[in-house]
Amino acid sequence: MEGRASDAPQLAGDQTTLQRKRLPWWTRLEWREAFEGYLFVLPKLVLFAIFLVTPVLMGVQMAFENVQPFRSTWVGLENFRALAHDNVFWLSLRNTAIYTAVVVPVAVMTALGLASLIQPLSNVLQTFYRAAYYLPAVASAVVLALVWKWLFDYDYGLFNYLLGLLGVGKVQWLVSPDIALWSIILMAILSPPGAGVVLYLAAMNGIPRELYEAAEIDGASGFQKWWRLTVPLVTPTTLYIVVMSTIGSFQIFTNVFIMTGGGPGNATTTMVTEIYNSAFQFFNFGKASAEALVLFAIVTALAVVQFRWLSRDVQY
Amino acid sequence: MKAYRDWRGLGARGIALAILTAYAFLALVPLYWLFATSLIAQNAVLKFPPALFPNPPTLENYARLLKAGPIGRWLLNSSVVAATVTFFTVLFDSMAGYGFAKKRFPGRDQIFWTIIAMMIIPGQVTLVPIFIVMSRLGLLNTLYAVVLPALADVFGVFLMRQFILTIPSELEDAARIDGAGAFTIYSRIIVPLAAPALAVLAIFTFMGNWNNFLWPLIVLNDTNKLTLPVGLATLQQENTVDYGLQMAGAALAAVPMIALFLSLQRYFIKGLTLGGVKG
Repeated sequence: MEGRASDAPQLAGDQTTLQRKRLPWWTRLEWREAFEGYLFVLPKLVLFAIFLVTPVLMGVQMAFENVQPFRSTWVGLENFRALAHDNVFWLSLRNTAIYTAVVVPVAVMTALGLASLIQPLSNVLQTFYRAAYYLPAVASAVVLALVWKWLFDYDYGLFNYLLGLLGVGKVQWLVSPDIALWSIILMAILSPPGAGVVLYLAAMNGIPRELYEAAEIDGASGFQKWWRLTVPLVTPTTLYIVVMSTIGSFQIFTNVFIMTGGGPGNATTTMVTEIYNSAFQFFNFGKASAEALVLFAIVTALAVVQFRWLSRDVQY
Repeated sequence: MKAYRDWRGLGARGIALAILTAYAFLALVPLYWLFATSLIAQNAVLKFPPALFPNPPTLENYARLLKAGPIGRWLLNSSVVAATVTFFTVLFDSMAGYGFAKKRFPGRDQIFWTIIAMMIIPGQVTLVPIFIVMSRLGLLNTLYAVVLPALADVFGVFLMRQFILTIPSELEDAARIDGAGAFTIYSRIIVPLAAPALAVLAIFTFMGNWNNFLWPLIVLNDTNKLTLPVGLATLQQENTVDYGLQMAGAALAAVPMIALFLSLQRYFIKGLTLGGVKG
């Protein structure tokens, strides 16, 4: 993608390139352009160095330290060894993995299904449904979590009322240790995958019509056209959505923080609530840094695996 | 592909519309419940069966909200943070995007791809280090601590570079022949031509920072310094079952973003498909 994108302007500037190549690199014009280039990128690079590069290096270092306010000491893999024996950490890993394993496939398939139903409609209807499904996503996660907590309320919530109408007893959505995690998963599944629908629609609208016409001549049914043409041709989009939503799921925090605070017990603790607690409730910065590195490693590994697995038969 | 053509197709179209509409209702239930509850009187919220719509609607919750916390101050803080971050992000990212796209300088592509590669690092890795940096700078519990790290976000640099690459270099060359300097070319040619991408970047940056929760939660303490989402979280902790009050506050936070989305929908769609999902 990068190669293709950067080709165009270089072709356009070919003539100047040729002229410049004959001049030595220290000529005034070259120097001036380089100087200007550095000036334009400088403000961003300074911010980037202070608030991203340095903190990342500090974070990696602290994962191997016993961090104290005035004198930190190098402890090697001690923080990671402690994590291996830390039940709450394992629980947070387990909860996050369950959450991701359920939410990501359901969300991606829902997005694909909805987009497939929307795509044949007129432009007006496409715009309408796209907007309806994306609308909730523009509200803050805090806002949505507050509403869902109210929907899940045991005594007065809408969900228990609706269950009552069906003749089912009340459910302790956020209070029972066995159910709370599944309630948080339910919220994620029932929230529309707005971004996914938008991305799939863009991909589907970009498929050449001739392919479908050729398939029709060959006698393909509607389902065959969808399964043999649409689904394979949007695989790059599927890959993108799967990777992005996996990364997002592993970083779930706000919903848990607002709705259960990680409880009851540690039944809904996730990796990021655990990092938050280690760092800012117990002020164990070394432990929190080690946990963050584990999160980083898992997210990266999953992204690599998904790339390998899903891009096997993608033709770009 | 207008697939719903023959009469069997019309039946399929009817089923598709029914599914999509049912799902749209489901999708909008939480938002409806949010606004409905915010308009129901306090003593009518906690009852069973619940009132499915406000009858009669009342602004009582909103009036109580003004007394429950410095809600105006939180709105102001959130606006200041979101607007400041958006302004400087649009400025710095378009400058950097122009530099990386059009200027030749040693190490350009190496620096650019290093920046992009760092996008994969989850933000949680830098939470503790930036907290320590802010504490050393004496900026904890100030809005600077919220604004500054947000300016290091790299998504916009990528977006702007990719967009500016598509602007023909002949336009710059022509301006240069006319005697325009680098800054004039940037402000008079690049910025106007990149306006659609700048709008996308501005909208997503504003929304992301308006809605941001985890980082402000960590660095802000004083009630008067909080941003709206963090303020709402504290309001919830203090009034656990006062759902009318909570929903009024939540509505206040949601309405600006909903209005922004409804009025600028095509930029949202463009932004999602241009560079990926953010915020």
